[in-house]
Amino acid sequence: MLTGLSNNFVGHMKALPPDWPGNIWWHWVIFTVIILVFFLGSVIMFIYMERRVLGKMQARLGPNRVGPFGLLQAIADAVKVLMKEMVTPANADKIVYWLAPAVTFAPVVMVLAVVPFANGASLADLNIGIIYVVAISSLSSIGVFMAGWSSSNKYSMLGAMRMVAAVVSYEMPIVLALASVVLIAGSMSLNEIVISQQSYPMLLMQPLAFFLMFIAGCAEINRSPFDLMEADSEIVAGFHTEYTGMKFALFYLAEYGEAVVMSTIIATVFLGGWRGPFLPPWLWLILKVFFVFFLMVWTRTTLPRVRIDQLMSLAWKFLFPLGLINLLLSSLEVLAYPDGIPWYFIFANIVVGAALVMLMSRFYKVGGGRVAVG
Amino acid sequence: MTLRTEPFVINMGPVHPSTHGVFRMRVTLDGEVVVNLEPIFGYLHRGIEKLAEERTYTGIIPLTDRLDYVASMTNNLAYCLSVEKLAGITVPERAEYLRVIMSELQRIAAHLISVGSFFNDCGAYFTPFLYMFRERERIVDLFEMVTGQRLLYNYMRPGGVSQDIPEEFLPALQEVLKQMPLYIDEYERLLKDNEILYARARGVGILTKEMAVNIGASGPVLRGCGVKWDIRKVDPYSIYDRFEFDVPVGTQGDCYDRYRVRIEEMKQSLRIVEQAAKQIPDGPIRSDVPQLIRPPAGEAYGHLEAPTGEVGFYLVSDGSIAPYRCHIRAPSLMNLTALRDMIVGWKVQDLIVIFGSFAITMGEVDR
Amino acid sequence: MTTSLKAPEIGKQIQAQFAGAVIEATDTAVMVDSKSLLNVMAYLKNTAGLDFDYMTTITAVDYFQYFEVIYNLVSMVHNHSLTIKTRVYGRENPSLPSVVSLWRSADHQEREIYDLMGITFEGHPNMKRIVLWPEFKGHPQRKDYLR
Repeated sequence: MLTGLSNNFVGHMKALPPDWPGNIWWHWVIFTVIILVFFLGSVIMFIYMERRVLGKMQARLGPNRVGPFGLLQAIADAVKVLMKEMVTPANADKIVYWLAPAVTFAPVVMVLAVVPFANGASLADLNIGIIYVVAISSLSSIGVFMAGWSSSNKYSMLGAMRMVAAVVSYEMPIVLALASVVLIAGSMSLNEIVISQQSYPMLLMQPLAFFLMFIAGCAEINRSPFDLMEADSEIVAGFHTEYTGMKFALFYLAEYGEAVVMSTIIATVFLGGWRGPFLPPWLWLILKVFFVFFLMVWTRTTLPRVRIDQLMSLAWKFLFPLGLINLLLSSLEVLAYPDGIPWYFIFANIVVGAALVMLMSRFYKVGGGRVAVG
Repeated sequence: MTLRTEPFVINMGPVHPSTHGVFRMRVTLDGEVVVNLEPIFGYLHRGIEKLAEERTYTGIIPLTDRLDYVASMTNNLAYCLSVEKLAGITVPERAEYLRVIMSELQRIAAHLISVGSFFNDCGAYFTPFLYMFRERERIVDLFEMVTGQRLLYNYMRPGGVSQDIPEEFLPALQEVLKQMPLYIDEYERLLKDNEILYARARGVGILTKEMAVNIGASGPVLRGCGVKWDIRKVDPYSIYDRFEFDVPVGTQGDCYDRYRVRIEEMKQSLRIVEQAAKQIPDGPIRSDVPQLIRPPAGEAYGHLEAPTGEVGFYLVSDGSIAPYRCHIRAPSLMNLTALRDMIVGWKVQDLIVIFGSFAITMGEVDR
Repeated sequence: MTTSLKAPEIGKQIQAQFAGAVIEATDTAVMVDSKSLLNVMAYLKNTAGLDFDYMTTITAVDYFQYFEVIYNLVSMVHNHSLTIKTRVYGRENPSLPSVVSLWRSADHQEREIYDLMGITFEGHPNMKRIVLWPEFKGHPQRKDYLR
């Protein structure tokens, strides 16, 4: 009965053809505008939301002067940043220094090309959507390393090295989590994954994958508790120490953009993207994206930061084995029930997932410590 | 095949988001591991000891405020103890109780800042820091009620205190005493058994007992190593022998133990303030001391347990209205002696955490 | 209660150990000859019953004809304290043996005394200025600085 209901929903919203409204170029223009509006609007709202929510959780008010309820704070920050003098360090590698922000920012927006805003409504509904997402999102670490290297500043170099090590390590748990989801959904296209979440979101069927994706996602985008790449209290500002003006604004935008993109991917893959009753589908997507970001802000304001070697050991010794076990279990389930896994497997999955996490954390030892220095 | 690496020198300069004050370290790093560390201070040297030779005994008290500017009541008190020892001045009962109440409240306020900045260095993005500042506001409001000042109080005088408490002080104090334990429990709930804090601070920056005694450490740094040495118990000054309180002691001497010692000391200070507020008598707040004190020629060393450690003043007098020599024993300067040994071998992020767990104030180190 | 040991008794004890070391033993402090300072300090630290394992503070006072350096020692084991004084004559290049090898708390304090008073401590591993910058000329805490 449940599947019948949701089938009605899908049938009610017919899939948009891939070249709606008929001309491929108009499709491209309209969706580019939609993506840019969504991206920039989300970034501004995220910045505002983070500062307000952070403030409320820290027993203080956030920004509340600029505009009604402080809503225009991000715009005021943008104007301030645009008016700053762009200083280039004397020893910097000029071309690399100049290109780094662009190389960091561009892949972030490109990921949104495959995200469906309604049934079939994405710029390009690739049938290898997940591979595209993972591949493109790891390109921004090149830009970060370019920034750290070209600044000719030891702090920046430290930050950039940490960043590259962390991004490469956390790709593995993300890929494993997404691979389990792909197995259950039966397709790598993001729209198909959303359609396959007919009666219940993927979060219930794959709780362990959601757990992995959330943690590894926070680490990929340098959010607390893994924000040691730009740890304010340690290495001044990490790789973007030497950047001012619009270049710094691009890094800032890229950081929040990565948060937008990661939240969107998690919302699409695990929470059911544009699915939901009564409201238009793009509104559901936006609400879910904001909910996931709220979870990220919540963890940021509560937890202290981990050390770099603890970060690496978390990725390789804790998340990676969990990801492998999750993949194994999911493939066993899919093999046993090729026509669709019955709904009562949700409970088994949740119980098994929780038990695995408890068991792994018992055996997981944070290594590292004092190194004997001669 | 080993990788050829080359150590490089990084300058954590005087202006840095996490050095508490203007403190400079030249750190030699091999990758992320600290190989050598050279602390350089003196950026806040104001020559207080030399200035003290030209001011009257009462006029030095504002100078002593600026030593450990986070805990100025205890600095004032240490100096006044020294002058009283030198000149043989007695202090009336009410003044003694007021001194104890103010010192212990100051200890709580200073520890709130120390623990808050420790968590800031661990990376908890200002949340514990701001919560602790919210509590510190209440204590600072109490101080403002009495002295009119929020940071540098200039309250103690040789022979007593400078102002009496207004009527609304004791009820407001009772309010704070009722609510502080709940707030401290709130911090403990979220932070005491935090896994990430364990990973960052447990076993990090261990100071052994022998080294701590050898370098002249005092305060939470010494007690975190397991040495039960608190001036309030071993050499009681003022009326501390009338109050019941425990001295918390750590086990390993790592950053986590120092943080725990500070939290427990806050709870013990609340106990002392409760007992003092119940027993406070009426009476004069300052004994009859001339405006220009001329102590007889001699020397005296007065010390007490300040939030950072043992603050002492060695005063040499030649019978005139200004001291011949005023030497300040700064606990933060002593505690820093072991900085290099504690940090070498750890990583850059641990350096910040270990340095933060000392909770030094540069005003004391440089004087 | 930290008892301060009776200086005359300790003075006799030290005199018995190192002849000619004690110059004077007043009520409060034992005045020791600067040449035997290190021996006396080592004796005070290592003898059972005295066990001065904690050095609280070192003060230097400028009395024009001589500098007086005052060491406050505390024993944590027995909870007693003692004050040792010594004098250095001459203003050009006064120097004393350093007690860093016994108590590392003397490390920063002796550097500060060198920086501000000008007394060098032989045997100190890092005799450099500590609160003033290295190119500074003069020793500000002396009584005749800029008078």
